[in-house]
Amino acid sequence: MSLQSVILHVNGEEQQVTIRPSETLLYVLREKLGLTGSKPGCLNGDCGACTVTIDNIPMKSCLMLAIEAIDKEITTIEGLKDTPIQRAFVEHFAFQCGYCTPGFIMNSHSLIQNHPDADNGMIKNWLKSNICRCTGYEEIEAAVKSVLHEKK
Amino acid sequence: MSIIGKSVIRQESYDKVTGRAKYTADYSSRSLFHAKTVISTFAHAKIKSIDTKEARSVRGVRAILAGEEFPLTGEEIRDRPPIAVDKVRFHGEVVALVVADNPKVAKQAASLIKIEYDPLPVVNSPSEALEENAPLLHNDVSKYEKEEGVNPIPKSNIANHVKIRKGQKEKGWSESEVTLEATFGFPPSDHIAMETRAVTAEIRPNGYVYIQSSSQAPFMIKKLISTYFDIDVGKVVVNTPLVGGGYGGKASVQLEILAYLASKAVDGRPVKMVNSREEDMITSPGHVGLEAKIKLGSTSDGCLKVAEITYLFDSGAYSDKAVHLSRAGAVDCTGPYCIENIWCDSYSVYTNHPYPAPYRGFAHTEVLFAFERAMDMLSNKLEMDPLDLRMKNAILPGDRTPTQVKLNRSTVGDVPACIERLRKIIDWDKEKVVKVSDHIIRAKGVCCVWKNSTIPTDSSSGAILTFNEDGSINLISGVVEIGTGTKTVLAQMVAEKMEMDIKNIHVQMRVDTQSTPEHWKTVASRGTFLAGRAVLAAADDALCQLKEIASVVLRADVDDLVVANSRVFLREEPELGVHFREIAYGYVYPNGNAIGGQIIGRGTYIQRNMTHLDPETGAGKPGPEWAVGAQAVEVEFNTRDYTYKVIKAVSVLDIGKVLNYKGARGQVTGAMSMGLAFGAREGFVFDEQARVLNPQLRTYRPVHYGEHPEYIVDFIETPHLDSPFGARGVGEQGLLGMPAALANCLSIASGVSLQHLPLTPEYIWRRKEGL
Amino acid sequence: MLAFDFDYYKPSSMEEAVNQFKVLKRTGKSPMYFSGGTEIITLGRLNYLYADSVIDIKSIPECCTMDFEHDNLYLGSAITLAEIEGSDIFPLLSKVSSEVGDHTSRTKITLGGNICGDIFYREAVLPFLLADSVVFIAEEDGIQAYNINEIFNEELKKKEGDLLVQVVTEKKYVTAPHITIKRQKQWESGYPVITASALKINSNVRVAISGLCPFPFRSREMEETLNNRSVSIDQRIKLAMTKLPEPILSDTEASDKYRLFVLSNVLHDILQALEVS
Repeated sequence: MSLQSVILHVNGEEQQVTIRPSETLLYVLREKLGLTGSKPGCLNGDCGACTVTIDNIPMKSCLMLAIEAIDKEITTIEGLKDTPIQRAFVEHFAFQCGYCTPGFIMNSHSLIQNHPDADNGMIKNWLKSNICRCTGYEEIEAAVKSVLHEKK
Repeated sequence: MSIIGKSVIRQESYDKVTGRAKYTADYSSRSLFHAKTVISTFAHAKIKSIDTKEARSVRGVRAILAGEEFPLTGEEIRDRPPIAVDKVRFHGEVVALVVADNPKVAKQAASLIKIEYDPLPVVNSPSEALEENAPLLHNDVSKYEKEEGVNPIPKSNIANHVKIRKGQKEKGWSESEVTLEATFGFPPSDHIAMETRAVTAEIRPNGYVYIQSSSQAPFMIKKLISTYFDIDVGKVVVNTPLVGGGYGGKASVQLEILAYLASKAVDGRPVKMVNSREEDMITSPGHVGLEAKIKLGSTSDGCLKVAEITYLFDSGAYSDKAVHLSRAGAVDCTGPYCIENIWCDSYSVYTNHPYPAPYRGFAHTEVLFAFERAMDMLSNKLEMDPLDLRMKNAILPGDRTPTQVKLNRSTVGDVPACIERLRKIIDWDKEKVVKVSDHIIRAKGVCCVWKNSTIPTDSSSGAILTFNEDGSINLISGVVEIGTGTKTVLAQMVAEKMEMDIKNIHVQMRVDTQSTPEHWKTVASRGTFLAGRAVLAAADDALCQLKEIASVVLRADVDDLVVANSRVFLREEPELGVHFREIAYGYVYPNGNAIGGQIIGRGTYIQRNMTHLDPETGAGKPGPEWAVGAQAVEVEFNTRDYTYKVIKAVSVLDIGKVLNYKGARGQVTGAMSMGLAFGAREGFVFDEQARVLNPQLRTYRPVHYGEHPEYIVDFIETPHLDSPFGARGVGEQGLLGMPAALANCLSIASGVSLQHLPLTPEYIWRRKEGL
Repeated sequence: MLAFDFDYYKPSSMEEAVNQFKVLKRTGKSPMYFSGGTEIITLGRLNYLYADSVIDIKSIPECCTMDFEHDNLYLGSAITLAEIEGSDIFPLLSKVSSEVGDHTSRTKITLGGNICGDIFYREAVLPFLLADSVVFIAEEDGIQAYNINEIFNEELKKKEGDLLVQVVTEKKYVTAPHITIKRQKQWESGYPVITASALKINSNVRVAISGLCPFPFRSREMEETLNNRSVSIDQRIKLAMTKLPEPILSDTEASDKYRLFVLSNVLHDILQALEVS
């Protein structure tokens, strides 16, 4: 049973795709569905560049098998359209090279959706999951807080 | 000025927040083969045997490269086999390369290659490398092919020796009443760009080589692949899309060579390689290590008389950019001070460590850590305020640098102004140590910084502005968009120069060496200067062409014409004019006659009046200008367990004219964050066999969200007259003093002198315990 | 990416899972239970472990419980650390869990995976060691209950093919005064130099430690010393430090000597916090 045809629900679309059970969700998203917005940074769960959401919860797609995602709602950066957090990242200069940005935005978006009342401690607890090497995090902090503030 | 200085958002912003921005590894096609390395598990060993039989039998394996001799590589000394032959010299060195149908098969086959090693004694630090009877990394370094100006010492582990001889040290010592001597050091580390290096290479039947690479130096790839493999330089075509962070690490050429060899082994088919994080950290070049010895002499009232310095740069197993690093470290071997007598020996020393690429600051952060820490130690001995000591010796227009360049107001920023501003911002004149609670104190530390570039004297940049039929402009420059936002700043310059709306300037992000004018490398904080000058020249060229054709249409002398808001019009009667769209593709008269043609502006700039360094004294002009600054760090330090938190980090930098405020500030705070991580936490941990024990992001940890301090950034704007709008470099400066300021601060807080990085609580504890 | 393939099974009952394991084993396969799977993916990527079949336990209802029943807290092995962190059901465990890895990783790492994994910190076990919890293990001939302090000795000593299903904890422990302290090499990310958790039961302090040795442990001998209130806190700690298991870890995070220094400070903070309260 090494190759299997399965249906994944990605960004609101149904995608039929042939996978091996040992393939990570990140690999399948990028190599089989062409969704290259999720970035490989370590393949080890350490950097967060590949973060997507699974049923609205942030998930490092390098730590999940694609087969585990069957029957779940997968959202990648390509699935976000003109959300407040995307605009805030632009306005606040919250990225430079942009490589960690999809992961940061997916994690931040999920935080804002799940905890619109998040305090500093919770913001830190969630955002510690991603590494940005270009900024000093100050702009990312400002972007996330600006959206949370609007929500309040 | 209207748009210069404004916080214009970067042109590729919306691509980056929607996942549409593409980086090298994002490009894929079914026709690609994939290559995977096998890397050495030893730091120094003879290769006894390589058994590839089982790996070759895996279905889908196309080629395996191992044990074969290829041309030696290396930017200044050609000492590095692309794939190890007979011997490995560092943990992580490439021993074999598998090319296969897909990444999984390549990886599977790579794991089946069996290599037997015969371990050799290791050189685990630069000082060990210089010991008598130290194992030689290379039998005779002087036999290798090398560039001019490289000075290896035969049959030693020294790949390069740079001498700075300014004044007379004996005179300096005789005039000194107080002296200080101390040693400093830190291990090699890594850049940790979030995008690991990736490359695709293909050799077409007509002999053209196409390479796509996540690189800061596509033009250097073109040049070196041509040189190493004897290919006409015009037949090597390199393109670089957006790059996911560089910090210098992607200015070295390494993975591209492997991809080229892999493609060659499979009849030129395109081959893709993407580094794993582990390979990116230890196999591809990292951040240099250093051992330093500094002797300072001063009068009793704090006037510096002499500096005698030895720098041993940890070149790792191969010299590559370490040669240049040892040169840059010598050029600015002190802090930004006027010292009459300077004697510096800077060496690039082979060890069994991973070898270095450039790293943001290019030897300056490293040297400044040692020198600025020494300055605080001297101030302690003099019982003089550390900032007062720096102020007293600050280098000024009229003074001469270590390489004897006589400075003027344009070529050096204003050090005293930076110090004074810093003093106010951090309330330096109040208590330097404040007790917060039982075990917690607050302490501050300071330092000064400077940096010039040492890139080749003939480094140049070119730019092209092509017009579209609607009168908008395509801006084409060889600067790689690595995250610095330089290409957006270039668009600001064109908008300013042409007095037009920046919305009508389209920047080409990709660099293609066949169609993009050359920019030496996207390094050394020289993008805005070199490419900026080229872009301004191109804009001038376009303006001439626009006016020329408009003068015919408007029947007016070109001198009577003015350009603004995408129009060329009469100075006297602005309503009489033509819009760019009417002339960008030539002007067409009502009867169909046409004149002119597409407007294409071109411009180039080459560095002016740079010189090579004198081999005996180091005298020479290394770069166009020195950006300077003063920095501080404030920590909350726990006197019981030696843990600490960085509360504030402050940079006052003279970067000349600020071109894009938020962009510049982001460059500075980002660099400060990187510098704090380098000072406080980062560094490879080696075992006794010189193997790297922490080549992963969970054991080698950059700063994470929430660990960052409050950043305070202020700019002094002393113009560099040659530079567009008077700007100086800003990409690296924020990093330069962070390790030194942190070490100075923690030395004050802990009461013991801290002279090694990283500054972990365990290290402070060891110093306190005398371990 | 993994260089090897495996077959994927997702049983919906404990019996099915254990049986599946047995059948695979019998046919010469190398099966593994797969809960969060983070270690299988990350260590497998480096060829540090190998499986040709994985049995995902996340559809087994018993593995997914997080509930009180008759004053006992039942926690399934497939509950994620983020779920535990997000609930207040066992405050000490929530706090300990919230300091493992990072938040996004914790949406995948499970309680069972953390306790049974190869990465030896296994910090999630600390509260259970302190609370004398009971573990339910599905074995070939049915469910067995074990006192965690008997079956967890450096690691969970279950037989190959046995499946950790639940950890059960009495309510009085769940609500007892507690503290947990994690110290890292620098700042707030990375593996522990020391993680020490403590519960105060009947005015006695219980302490369990991860990071000091290449395994987590709770030492009765240490606790006896630490609770001997006839001597000063400093002396108690000094004495307790002579009763540590071996070996003391010395690695890239910290040397053995430094770990002892950190431990002694941490024990101090724990005693201060719990004795004063």
